[in-house]
Amino acid sequence: MTPHRATLLGIAPTLLIIGVLMVVPMVIMAAYSLMEANSFGGVLPHFSAEAYIKLLFDRDLDDSLAFDPSYMIILWRSLRIAGLATAITLCVGFPVAYFIATRPPEQRTLLIFLITIPFWTNLLIRTYSWVLILRDTGMINTVLQGSGLTDQPLKLLYTEGAILFGLVYTYAPFMVLPLYTSLEKLDFRLVEAARDLYCGPWGALRHVVLPLVMPGLVAGSILVFVPCLGAFVAPDLLGGGKELMISTLIQLQFTSSRNWPFGAALALVLLALVMLTLTVSAARQARAAAEGGH
Amino acid sequence: MPQAVEIIDVVKKYGSFTALHNVSLDIRPNEFFTLLGPSGCGKTTLLRIIAGFEDITAGTLKLFGTDITALPPDRRPINTVFQHYSLFPHMTVAENVAFGLRRLKMPAADITRRVAEMLEMIKLSSHAGRRPHQLSGGQQQRVALARALAPRPKVLLLDEPLSALDLKLRQAMRMELKTLQQQTGVTFIFVTHDQEEALAMSDRIAVMSEGRVQQIDAPQVIYEHPATRFVADFIGDANFLTASVEGLEDGRAHCGLPGGYRLIARDAGAARPGQSVSLFLRPEKLSVHDTPVEEGIGMTVRTIVYQGDATDYLVELDGGVMLRSRCENRINGDPILTAGERGFLRIAPDAAKTLLD
Repeated sequence: MTPHRATLLGIAPTLLIIGVLMVVPMVIMAAYSLMEANSFGGVLPHFSAEAYIKLLFDRDLDDSLAFDPSYMIILWRSLRIAGLATAITLCVGFPVAYFIATRPPEQRTLLIFLITIPFWTNLLIRTYSWVLILRDTGMINTVLQGSGLTDQPLKLLYTEGAILFGLVYTYAPFMVLPLYTSLEKLDFRLVEAARDLYCGPWGALRHVVLPLVMPGLVAGSILVFVPCLGAFVAPDLLGGGKELMISTLIQLQFTSSRNWPFGAALALVLLALVMLTLTVSAARQARAAAEGGH
Repeated sequence: MPQAVEIIDVVKKYGSFTALHNVSLDIRPNEFFTLLGPSGCGKTTLLRIIAGFEDITAGTLKLFGTDITALPPDRRPINTVFQHYSLFPHMTVAENVAFGLRRLKMPAADITRRVAEMLEMIKLSSHAGRRPHQLSGGQQQRVALARALAPRPKVLLLDEPLSALDLKLRQAMRMELKTLQQQTGVTFIFVTHDQEEALAMSDRIAVMSEGRVQQIDAPQVIYEHPATRFVADFIGDANFLTASVEGLEDGRAHCGLPGGYRLIARDAGAARPGQSVSLFLRPEKLSVHDTPVEEGIGMTVRTIVYQGDATDYLVELDGGVMLRSRCENRINGDPILTAGERGFLRIAPDAAKTLLD
């Protein structure tokens, strides 16, 4: 066997998996997005750009196109909520990761183990339990009303706040773990050096800690932002489908709306957004690496 | 003029372990002061207390007369050269040196000038744009010095800064540090476990052991007149002998050794006739001879260790007492006597010192 053929054989399983599980579905989805919708679900094999037109325009009865921002609003809401969720997990996750990284090594292992415990239970069940806690007759409102702090139940469930809360709850570990990995490698004597050179605690954080843990911070942000952007469970269960996010919109196209091409087009738009996020951050990382030389 | 640093009755406890027991010492302005001791003696703890990284259990800390006990490190005009340099890896050499100046909000033009000045001082002007990891250990060391000296601290702390360098560089840096201290006029507090370093650079040395200061004196006093057995043993090589005091005269003790030898020892202090004392003799004050000399004691050489410039002889006096002698080598480098040969040992007058245990 020639070395060339050996190489081909070696990478064959990888190519097979990527090809069958990723490229083929992507091609099918791209193809569906360019076809005509069958009103009973599925697609009709005619070329049509209707799905992409529908993203921005509403077709009136007389076939004229009117600009319709409603889908862009949903897209923007998804971006905004994912961005906010990322910012909040960062604010919550950083102190946690810092705390763990500054414990003695044997305690760190235990604390990291504790961080992973939520993964033992199904996401759907964990999110649904928040419904029970947040709803009008749930734990929080029962306690608030029982103690006389409020007369009416607070509107907690089916709000944007509930979606955000659910996303932060679900994805916080994905922020903590990469941040911890970076912080664990940080030489904390550098913090002392910064304090010695007239930095207060915040100055040391800003000028020394944050620049040095930037790789972990970026990795954590991507790991939170990307799944938040396409998150389905939290927006659907905690948002009640009123404040639509792109994932719920896509799901609707394949179910009750029966517009598969539009659903496929939306999925591709989501994919493009994710790719854009990753490309921008990869470019930034490459630039920082070129400047930093390490 | 107040003292540069006054450490008054400082106690530091970690749980039930006491790292520093009521340490009091004054460090004078413009002094090269060394804290010397074996690892675990509390010297680094004391340095970290002065820097502000450790709080103290009890006591007071003053800087040029001002109480700084409660100030955090960023509010103390004291900078540190760290043992492993702790240069900021994400900054260039120039940015590292400018770091303290920026935090002190010095005008940009002044920062540029001061950084250039410091880099020139450490002869690394051409490396201003490099990152720390692109520098050799010796260069990193000098950047750490420049970074700490740039804000013109009132006191510079140096935490075993030479320990990571190889021997040649370490010796060169000793001279550089000493010169730098004299040029800048900044008070240096230097921590080391290396007695040679301490003797070479310091104006005064505080020898520490188990959280206590054993002796504070000029290097030659520490070497010639160690206050305690610990100091005598820790600094340089020493012979220790047990002797009985037979008489006292002008602060000297006439001592009897096993085998019937007599020695006159200085610094008799509180020794009383009939008491048993330790005698301490530096090996270089004992010379070996192959021909009879005045006051020579007959002996047999047991072991010799060639040291390059000198040779160490372990000799056994005729009465069984073992002593170490260090003699400069002759021009041709051949030892004066070889192992097993008989010869004569001469003990220089005033070589022996009494130490009360």
